[in-house]
Amino acid sequence: METRKVYLDNSATTKVDEKVLKAMLPYLTNLYGNPNSLHKWGREAHKGVDKAREQVSELINSSPNDIIFTGSGTEADNLAIKGTAFALKDKGKHIITSAIEHHALLNSIKWLKKIGYDYTILPVDQYGLVDPKDLENAIRPDTILASIMFGNNEIGTIEPIAELGTICREHGVLFHSDAVQAAGHVKIDVEKLPIDMLSIAAHKMYGPKGVGALYVRRGIKLTPIIHGGGQEFGVRAGTENTSGIVGFGAAAELAAARLVNGEMENETRLRDKLINGLLERIPETQLTGHGSQRLPYHASFCVKYIEGEGMLLLMDAAGIAVSSGSACASGNLEPSHVLLACGLDHATAHGSVRLTLGHTTTEEDIDYVLEKFPPIVEKLRLMSPFYDKKNKN
Amino acid sequence: MYNEKVVDYFMNPRNSGKMENANAIGEVGNPVCGDVMKIYLKVNDDHVIEDIKFETFGCAAAIATSSMVTVMAKGKTLQEALRINNKDVTAELGGLPPQKQHCSLLAQEGIEKAIVDYFARRGEELPEGLLFPSTAVKCGRNCCGDKAKKIEEEPFISDNHRATE
Repeated sequence: METRKVYLDNSATTKVDEKVLKAMLPYLTNLYGNPNSLHKWGREAHKGVDKAREQVSELINSSPNDIIFTGSGTEADNLAIKGTAFALKDKGKHIITSAIEHHALLNSIKWLKKIGYDYTILPVDQYGLVDPKDLENAIRPDTILASIMFGNNEIGTIEPIAELGTICREHGVLFHSDAVQAAGHVKIDVEKLPIDMLSIAAHKMYGPKGVGALYVRRGIKLTPIIHGGGQEFGVRAGTENTSGIVGFGAAAELAAARLVNGEMENETRLRDKLINGLLERIPETQLTGHGSQRLPYHASFCVKYIEGEGMLLLMDAAGIAVSSGSACASGNLEPSHVLLACGLDHATAHGSVRLTLGHTTTEEDIDYVLEKFPPIVEKLRLMSPFYDKKNKN
Repeated sequence: MYNEKVVDYFMNPRNSGKMENANAIGEVGNPVCGDVMKIYLKVNDDHVIEDIKFETFGCAAAIATSSMVTVMAKGKTLQEALRINNKDVTAELGGLPPQKQHCSLLAQEGIEKAIVDYFARRGEELPEGLLFPSTAVKCGRNCCGDKAKKIEEEPFISDNHRATE
């Protein structure tokens, strides 16, 4: 019997939408010109990039000229952090961020510290929320930038971006948000929100890998981190990844439509069915992150007495793709810094598992996971020395 | 990342679960590091391991090595069981990824600690001539012991060989 295949790792990456692929293909075949060339071939390619810039800007309600295409969400984060740090080095050298940021952020500011910058890492509460008061207290006269992610990749928590951004604005501090996980899944309006820079990536919204973007509010000057030709308004050199950018545009347009046509409500309903179903069926399991202030496709748990990698592999054998922030699954020896920042102990954090839905996830998929997951947990628990102790006591 | 044999020993673990009539138990590792292994032995008067079981909190490699070490130790004398070292366990499994090598240390140490427990329970001194190849009764990770450092240093350096900082 063919096992069902259920991909619930959409936080890691998503499947390219057929319509996105269709939009991209001409730019990998006939429309191969360099968008910087003046001839017809170049002009056609340029038109594709221009259209994509409009489509991406419409997703977040910015002006097209505020969108800088990059090679990834990570690069967008690097450009925002380092580009600001270099540009404002005479104004100040202090950067504020949170303990649950992506490594693209944390490792960028840690590297900056080695060359004379300074940072403050804000704590989070048990749900992964940053307290805006902590941000306000951390701002110093030499603070140039604060960067707090929009929605967290591991625990799904959506941060109070409006409040955080407002505080930054009041203090004349630039505010960046890594929205790689959130963009295309929750409404983001940079005209309404006090956001100065926003990182997004195509492959988290059914677009291709290898293309991201940084929204930069008009008037903000960044020092490039990649030097070369004058592409992307002189901020990001390198011949444009035309097909990737066109795919990003198509993905952004489709995502914008999903945000208004009720699809996200359905995804949220399936997410809650999954969360509630698993919490009911698997005792001594906790939801990580915030219960309601969370990404609509994101479910994450810590399952007591067992380790995440085992769950991941047994789920894989059952045809279900999930991920884990356990040390063993991540390849380094520490469990996820995000879970530890939320106050979980190491042993609990080792039992983390994340299931992230996609726009094609069905009711039947969720039912299948609810059927397959509990016996997998039980199988591993019966092998665990901690579960044993628990039964005896 | 895991070969078929490792996956088999993880998916279909041999000798897993607790043992009610064990006369020796060895528990090694640390939940902070993500690996804890408990080895149960039933040893007869001739010092032969008649039965052996394990319980492991840890990744697939930890479970597979636990499983393998019990298979290798079953029916052996204590003296013979002590000669099983972590490299034998890894070899018998057809190899482990570099970052998982430390799991095999846990298997070796679990057996050793259970054998120490066997004599301790009987109020006996450890017999002369019994060789304990491993002195550490730790989880074998960077956070708990130096032993694993040597094993793990190399892959971590090679991962970053293109970057200076």
